[in-house]
Amino acid sequence: MTEPILLVDDLTMHYTTRAGDVSAVDNVSFTLTKGESLGLVGESGCGKTSVAICLLKLLPDNAHIKGGHIYLNGVDLVPLNEDEVRRYRWRRISMIFQAAMNSLNPVYRVGDQIIEAMETHLENFSYATAREKVAELFRLVGLDPALMDQYPHEYSGGMRQRAVIAMALACDPDIIIADEPTTALDVIVQDRILKELRAIQQKLNMGMIYISHDIAVIAEVSDCVGVMYAGRLVEKACTEEIFHHPIHPYTAGLMSAFPSIVGPKRELTMLPGEPPDLLNPPPGCRFHPRCPYATSICWEQVPEFKNYGNDHFAACWHPLEG
Amino acid sequence: MSEVLVRVEGLSKFFPLTRGLFRESRDFIHAVEDLNFMIAPGESLGLVGESGSGKTTTGKLLVRLLDPTAGHIYLRTDGREVDIATLRKKELKAFRRQVQMIFQDPYESLNPRLTVFDTVAEPLVVQGIGNVLDREERVAEMLAMVGLTPPSSFMFRFPHELSGGQRQRVAIARALVINPTFVVADEPTSMLDVSIRTSIMYLMQELAQRLGVTYLYITHDLAVARYMCQRVAVMYLGKIVEQAETEELLQHPLHPYTRALISAVPIPDPRIKRQPMEIKGSIPTPINPPPRCRFYDRCPIATGFCEENPHPPLEDKGGGHYVACYLV
Repeated sequence: MTEPILLVDDLTMHYTTRAGDVSAVDNVSFTLTKGESLGLVGESGCGKTSVAICLLKLLPDNAHIKGGHIYLNGVDLVPLNEDEVRRYRWRRISMIFQAAMNSLNPVYRVGDQIIEAMETHLENFSYATAREKVAELFRLVGLDPALMDQYPHEYSGGMRQRAVIAMALACDPDIIIADEPTTALDVIVQDRILKELRAIQQKLNMGMIYISHDIAVIAEVSDCVGVMYAGRLVEKACTEEIFHHPIHPYTAGLMSAFPSIVGPKRELTMLPGEPPDLLNPPPGCRFHPRCPYATSICWEQVPEFKNYGNDHFAACWHPLEG
Repeated sequence: MSEVLVRVEGLSKFFPLTRGLFRESRDFIHAVEDLNFMIAPGESLGLVGESGSGKTTTGKLLVRLLDPTAGHIYLRTDGREVDIATLRKKELKAFRRQVQMIFQDPYESLNPRLTVFDTVAEPLVVQGIGNVLDREERVAEMLAMVGLTPPSSFMFRFPHELSGGQRQRVAIARALVINPTFVVADEPTSMLDVSIRTSIMYLMQELAQRLGVTYLYITHDLAVARYMCQRVAVMYLGKIVEQAETEELLQHPLHPYTRALISAVPIPDPRIKRQPMEIKGSIPTPINPPPRCRFYDRCPIATGFCEENPHPPLEDKGGGHYVACYLV
């Protein structure tokens, strides 16, 4: 295995609220190698976006990293202050945000916004070469470079998402985090953007973390998949392995609750209950109140996130047969 | 089809583009144009399409939240057919005992200042059914039926105290409390997480059987339609382009648009590689569209014949598989 470009070790992050601390990310560890695409899947509130904002250190005022390390090419980002983090943000690790409309400023030309990102983060910056670079990025994401002097409202939803992808690529990052970039798009446009994003990621040999609640989308874009539940990473393995031999009962439940249009029409299983309130997460394994296999040990002790062979990790007291 | 509950004939809805207060508008968005379909009692018909295809407009027309520009909507009540499209205000109130709607977003469709009891009891109050005690009993029964048990612990809660799944259950209870025969469900599960979505899908199916409700199920997700609907109609730019039994449509799509749509749906299995079928561009806005086939500009197989002739009629290609395409 090649050297990981990103190593997240025991990351824990809390949001401070008036009602108490919300344990949004709890002891999450994973690695990402060059050119690898990791899918991070889970339901709303499971902490997938919180992990992403920790990696970029774009934390809101009430969010605090309580422990752990984020090694980017060997440098730990956690103790760095804002000025120091700026050297890494966008140049080494950048992000495609969920709502494309909200991540573009409506009163500036799209091209200028991308140039602004370069101006902020790059040292040897010249306006003329920047425009050339934007044109090149536009071609890469499948937009006509002539569109660069138009405003966001003149773009369709799919074009805006492409522009946001171009912006994330502006400083040639090593890692790109894509947070549900296609959720608001129709399937035909989504399909095209997914294919292009995957092709660009492979062509530029970038690491990618693709965040989504949609396991079908994850299946299409990822080499590896991490499943999150209630702030914890409960399982991680290569895509084929996790889809066909899930170890954690939550992963298995998620897979069999998901409808598909191909193959036999199998019965969809129901997961009882709802995800827990992270103000007061359940003790032990956080999935135990909904787990059909739970026993007393599940609420007494937190299961270790351990390797079941072939880099298939899971945190469960009652692992399913692979 | 022997029995018919809802029969739609030539249904159209045009929205004028305003040109100013005193000027007559000359441009119209043809949101829905010349729809024809039927729904049998107890059936669930899926209306599938991308945003801007006119599926929500169709749903709103069927419950008369919008007035149609042209066409008829016949609903069978007490053994006779009533044309919903021509009902007046007073008759509409009686009609709404028969027909209800479930909306997409449970965060927006519930009044934040009404308790669960007030929300679910509101249709009963509006229709003047029962006294306070009857209503309380009926609401409790409904809440138990949608899985909010024990009802007494939910009755006097406000929407902000409920999760998304619980809110959608309240919305379903509200729609079904007056025993409607026909319910338009507009993407009722698209805002919900996977693990909660399945339970809501099963709940809606179970209630349909138990209470004899017929659904028009609007969704953009073919995989959800596969589980919720016996038949599916695919809409594109205000027209139904294909309609068939759900499995037949998924296994043997005939219209080029349906084929492109199906080929674009991601599959939750990394071993299966999809057959790509690319179509050009994206869905336009139907402002004064030319009379030719609506799909002409994006169609990979269109010919000169398609350009010169009007939009193709929806024809039965055998076994109730309807397609609107000259080249199939």
